Amino acid sequence: MAPAVFNTVVAGYLGQAGSIPVRLRHKHCHTSPGPDAVPEGENHHVARRACMGVRTWLGEWPIFRQATGPDPLGRGAAVQSPRTQALGPRTADADEVVKSICPYCAVGCGQNVYVRDGRVTQIEGDPDSPVSRGRLCPKGSASTSLVTSPSRVTTVKYRRPHGTEWEDLDLDTALDMIADRVIDARRRGWQDTDDEGRVLRRTLGFSSLGGATLDNEENYLIKKLFMALGAIQVENQARI
Amino acid sequence: MAEAHPVGFQWVMEAKARGATIIHVDPRFTRTSAVADLHVPFRAGADIAFLGGLINYVLSEGKDFREYVTTFTNAAEIVGEDFVDTEDMAGIFSGYNAETGRYDPISWQLEGVDYEAPAAGMRDHWEPELRDETNQSEQGRQREHHAAIGSDTAGGAGDAAHATGSPRRDETLQHPRCVYQVLKRHYARYTPEAVSQVCGMGVDEFLAVARAITENSTRDRTTAWVYSVGWTHHSVGAQYIRGAAILQTLLGNMGRPGGGILALRGHASIQGSTDIPTLYDLLPGYIPMPNAHLHEDLRSFLDADAAKTGFWGNMDTYLVSLLKAWWGDAATAENDFAFDYLPRLTGDHGTYGIVRDQIDRKTYGYFVVGENPAVGHANGKMQRLGLANLDWLVVRDMQMIETATFWKDGPEIETGELRTEDIGTEVFFLPCANHTEKAGTFTNTQRLLQWRREAVHPPADARSELHFYFHLGKRIREKLAGSTDDRDRPILDLTWDYPTFGVHEEPDPEAVLAEINGYDADGNHLASYTELKADGSTTAGCWIYTGVYKDGVNQADRRKPGTEQDWVAAEWGWAWPANRRTLYNRASADADGKPWSERKAYVWWDAEQGTWTGHDIPDVEATKPPTYVPEDGATRQDALSGTDAFIMQTDGKAWLYAPAGLADGPMPTHYEPVESPVANLLHEQQDNPALERIDRAWNRINPSQSEVYPYAFLTYRLTEHHTAGGMSRFLGYLSELQPEFFCEVSPALAAERHLEHLGWATLISARTAIEARVLVTERMKPLRIGDRVVHQIGLPYHWGSNGLSTGDPANDLLGVVMDPNVHIQESKVATCDIQPGRRPRGPALLEFVESYRRKAGVEPGGIT
Repeated sequence: MAPAVFNTVVAGYLGQAGSIPVRLRHKHCHTSPGPDAVPEGENHHVARRACMGVRTWLGEWPIFRQATGPDPLGRGAAVQSPRTQALGPRTADADEVVKSICPYCAVGCGQNVYVRDGRVTQIEGDPDSPVSRGRLCPKGSASTSLVTSPSRVTTVKYRRPHGTEWEDLDLDTALDMIADRVIDARRRGWQDTDDEGRVLRRTLGFSSLGGATLDNEENYLIKKLFMALGAIQVENQARI
Repeated sequence: MAEAHPVGFQWVMEAKARGATIIHVDPRFTRTSAVADLHVPFRAGADIAFLGGLINYVLSEGKDFREYVTTFTNAAEIVGEDFVDTEDMAGIFSGYNAETGRYDPISWQLEGVDYEAPAAGMRDHWEPELRDETNQSEQGRQREHHAAIGSDTAGGAGDAAHATGSPRRDETLQHPRCVYQVLKRHYARYTPEAVSQVCGMGVDEFLAVARAITENSTRDRTTAWVYSVGWTHHSVGAQYIRGAAILQTLLGNMGRPGGGILALRGHASIQGSTDIPTLYDLLPGYIPMPNAHLHEDLRSFLDADAAKTGFWGNMDTYLVSLLKAWWGDAATAENDFAFDYLPRLTGDHGTYGIVRDQIDRKTYGYFVVGENPAVGHANGKMQRLGLANLDWLVVRDMQMIETATFWKDGPEIETGELRTEDIGTEVFFLPCANHTEKAGTFTNTQRLLQWRREAVHPPADARSELHFYFHLGKRIREKLAGSTDDRDRPILDLTWDYPTFGVHEEPDPEAVLAEINGYDADGNHLASYTELKADGSTTAGCWIYTGVYKDGVNQADRRKPGTEQDWVAAEWGWAWPANRRTLYNRASADADGKPWSERKAYVWWDAEQGTWTGHDIPDVEATKPPTYVPEDGATRQDALSGTDAFIMQTDGKAWLYAPAGLADGPMPTHYEPVESPVANLLHEQQDNPALERIDRAWNRINPSQSEVYPYAFLTYRLTEHHTAGGMSRFLGYLSELQPEFFCEVSPALAAERHLEHLGWATLISARTAIEARVLVTERMKPLRIGDRVVHQIGLPYHWGSNGLSTGDPANDLLGVVMDPNVHIQESKVATCDIQPGRRPRGPALLEFVESYRRKAGVEPGGIT
């Protein structure tokens, strides 16, 4: 909820008690930040008073509209400002709504991902889901901030042996270096047989941890690739 | 459940609104307790005493669902004469070898069953020559065993594959050695009074639960049990689940609507990563990984490890179809379908064993993908020490998690145990795509596959795991191309040619899903695992998922709104196997195939049509009548009768007594946690005699009943954070909602240790000491156990040093001891001391922890 809306609603409630000067409430309606915020100050009001009828001017006052209009509790139209009137949900102007599933626990709640200009703008519960019926918990509700997090790291970081700082590294170079290291570790950890002659055909050179947060298709490729490399040490959170 | 699976909990509240009684059994009072009809606080680690008490109540009061029990279970079968129960052997079963710390289960077998070879998957129990690989560096470590014990029991094995002949039965259940009577004797000492003593709950509270569940388990009513890792994180974790299975089977609650034992799993696709296992001991679809044996080929593997009867009798078709999916034309009948391409196990290669080997520098590289072991796994020091002894580490994540930065700011850098400049680990941090930036399936906790569509492209260097592993595999294959080395054949012959799209050549996830589903010889998508063949004419990357791409349609992407469907909602997503929503649902009808009651009708036999029908896909061959009796010598599912509802079992029965498949006994027995504040009041044996240890300086264990570490603690999750925090501590809203690590203590403990609400406390174990804010709350209740009061401390485990909300990791306080069946650590109960104030900093912390070890008589610990 934007601060302007919040203050307006509070003012609407408090208006019943009459303890806050009308002018202050009026100001509250117009001090919200944002590109469409109306400039504040006495000059502004004088100027507008001059070019508008008194009734129009009065109609700008929430208390007037609340007292005379169809919204005596001040919970709707009575307390709207031009800015709050212009506000709409982020979901309304999405280019598309993409069906998804929550990435946190294993309940598998349905999510609707709202996208505008190639960016995720909002994630809501999917009412169609018979699992969750549109609901999300605090984590699922925070998914928008998960996928748009400012602290997310989106480039490769490299720490050389004994290094004290991260360095940048090209993704393709990193992939190539990792492929070399897999081949080398696989060779060094290779076991054809044990000392009783039983065939092992495996490597203990490297291992893998993770899978519970990944897709089935991804786990499938990990298992398939590691088995073909002879790498048996593949584990994930299900062991934990 | 209300805390960690809140949206799932709406269905519990729905049930309550319709008259269901909700009982919450938990050491802590939580949001679940707040809305339950009854909250029963009890002592962490005492669950088998509690479950055993309920089993005793059911049996001694004759409250079992007798018709269900005689129809669907092995209650009538006769246990062999060689079996000796814990009752007669000071809390240990027959077959125990004190030197190795392992059981030989041969004496647990049923009479009349001729085991020409050991039970399937358990054959390695009979191979004492299997070396204990861990004992090379230190002496006298006989109990640090990591051989193949139980390691391939999960799949087609786990049952008595080699059982031939029929067990002797006594349908009256009166024979003193019939399973029913053996069970009754085993649990006779688990009286309400004993339960009360061991668990710290009132006799009245216990009886209230016992009455509620028995009165609610009838033809007309069913009772469900819901658990999470509070049941698995124990040195007897698998036996906890067995305890619930016995109880639910006795009460007739399995395979029926509203019944079952429901595991609430904690990650979006942790079920999927078990089905398509990134786990060392399994192949896709719970086929066991082969162990090393002399002269092993496909036939001898199947002979030894596949069941002959029941649906696991088809393991040949599942395995050959998998090998064909992986090695395509290179897998032929002549070369055993490339069975030799599979690497072999020789023991436990579970995650804690891997980390031990990292510390010992026996393994060099490590991929950590969407997991944060430096914070999220027990004994964080052990984890970070493993990381510090690697040659290279690849971390794939969205945020800079502690596992990626251990070399820079880990707790051991602060104490001076490790120096950044001395750590030789080369670290690659690769950014990954998030769930909106790639398409694919998650499998939720109810086996439901749900497809996510791609909403946006991942930014900069971020890529999906599908992309990373596909291109890593491609790169490795290019580098090895032309190799004549025999060991490179499996990687070079691998089918690895998925179609790609976009500038980054992203592999098509639907093509991978279609491979998982499988094809027939003509390239058509298979519709069911029953179509799989062992002759190499079919493929399937994971047989239990066959059908998810039926008719070339992505069934996991079905999204018919729930409001437009019945309560089973069979047209939303796709559940394995065969889109079946409740397993073993043949048991929802009686022996004749009639529903137990109209109210609980689920699937039933339609005699006129000659077929099973109902609200769900019947979990039995559609046209097998309830009257079906197998011919002598029948195999696979044909060997199961029309009343054998548990079709994955070799005998089609639910096992009240498990003659094979478990490493630590045929019936659950209460053993205390390794770190327990009290003695075992039920049996002479203190803790699980078959549990697994890692006895190293960095994994010291608090002595049982230690006055130096007098309090029990348990770890848990908060609603507002997720596991090791990688997806929550870095987010503003969630960090605001739960900004700081805290410990929950009772007012009584706060008074005893002078802890101030919102002040600081230091918690100390033989591993380390951590600090937390103090939350003094009545939610933690001191319990009377025997002649003493036991205090329990609650610790949410989400914190670490990185992110917006930081704190000490609770997991650092834990040591590692493991269940012998599944090698899962005992992290839901351990002991500690608690003192007011913050912990010492730097090297002073090490001396502080050492001083506790000295007082407790524990060997020196830490990084040596």
